[in-house]
Amino acid sequence: MQPSSKPSPDSAVLLIPNDREDIERAEEMLLEGMGRHGYPDAARFAVRLALEESLVNAFRHGHKGLPADTPVKVEFAVMEDRVDLAVEDQGAGFKPEDVPDPTLDENIERPTGRGLLLMRAYMARVEYVGRGNRVEMTYKRPAKPADAV
Amino acid sequence: MPAGASRLRVRQEKDITQVEFVDRNILDEANIQQIGEEITGLIDTASNPRLLINFANVDHLSSAALGTLITINNKMKARKGQLRLANIDPQIYEVFKITKLDKLFSIHQSTEAALASFT
Repeated sequence: MQPSSKPSPDSAVLLIPNDREDIERAEEMLLEGMGRHGYPDAARFAVRLALEESLVNAFRHGHKGLPADTPVKVEFAVMEDRVDLAVEDQGAGFKPEDVPDPTLDENIERPTGRGLLLMRAYMARVEYVGRGNRVEMTYKRPAKPADAV
Repeated sequence: MPAGASRLRVRQEKDITQVEFVDRNILDEANIQQIGEEITGLIDTASNPRLLINFANVDHLSSAALGTLITINNKMKARKGQLRLANIDPQIYEVFKITKLDKLFSIHQSTEAALASFT
């Protein structure tokens, strides 16, 4: 993983190859930042899932046909009230409206197509920009801690 | 974990195959593919297979892991088998609910309840 700008504790811009160790290092950096801001486990579960799903989409679909070492750009910023996250691949992009609804009866037994649904379920904002090769997401801190007793 | 090592702990009890995951996080695509191949190997050798997948050790999973579970479910149906899932963490169960896969799979709170549900 090559930092394309010097990462601060709570924000970073990273170039990540399709390598599990690099992906997990980026996740740890993000989750540690959320931990420092007191985000509960449920929030970190949600943001990690959104990052995982967006990276899978970027590497599996966005970079299909590109050299295996083509990196994906990940940007994040952890703030008191929200976490901003962006994942940008170098592919041709796609139209999210073309993804069939995986919860419909006719699609429920299809093994693919649930990543975007999960990103939208856990994040307050999911927006594809540019040619559809960059997804920008925002997680908003709940008014009450999600795992409060 | 060394390359080629199993990602599953498998126990055979009477005619029920119980499977547990070695990994707490089922996120890595290569691992997910290996899990799918290992479980397929278990059910491909049985007629009317009975399979219980225990999620007790699992903290995270991705939609790719869900896809593998669906593929396994489809294979079990084709072989007239029975598939049960058990001990799913509440955060992960939420993922099943969001995707409506809680309706597709037979999910049980405990191993005992899952075992009792086999017919």
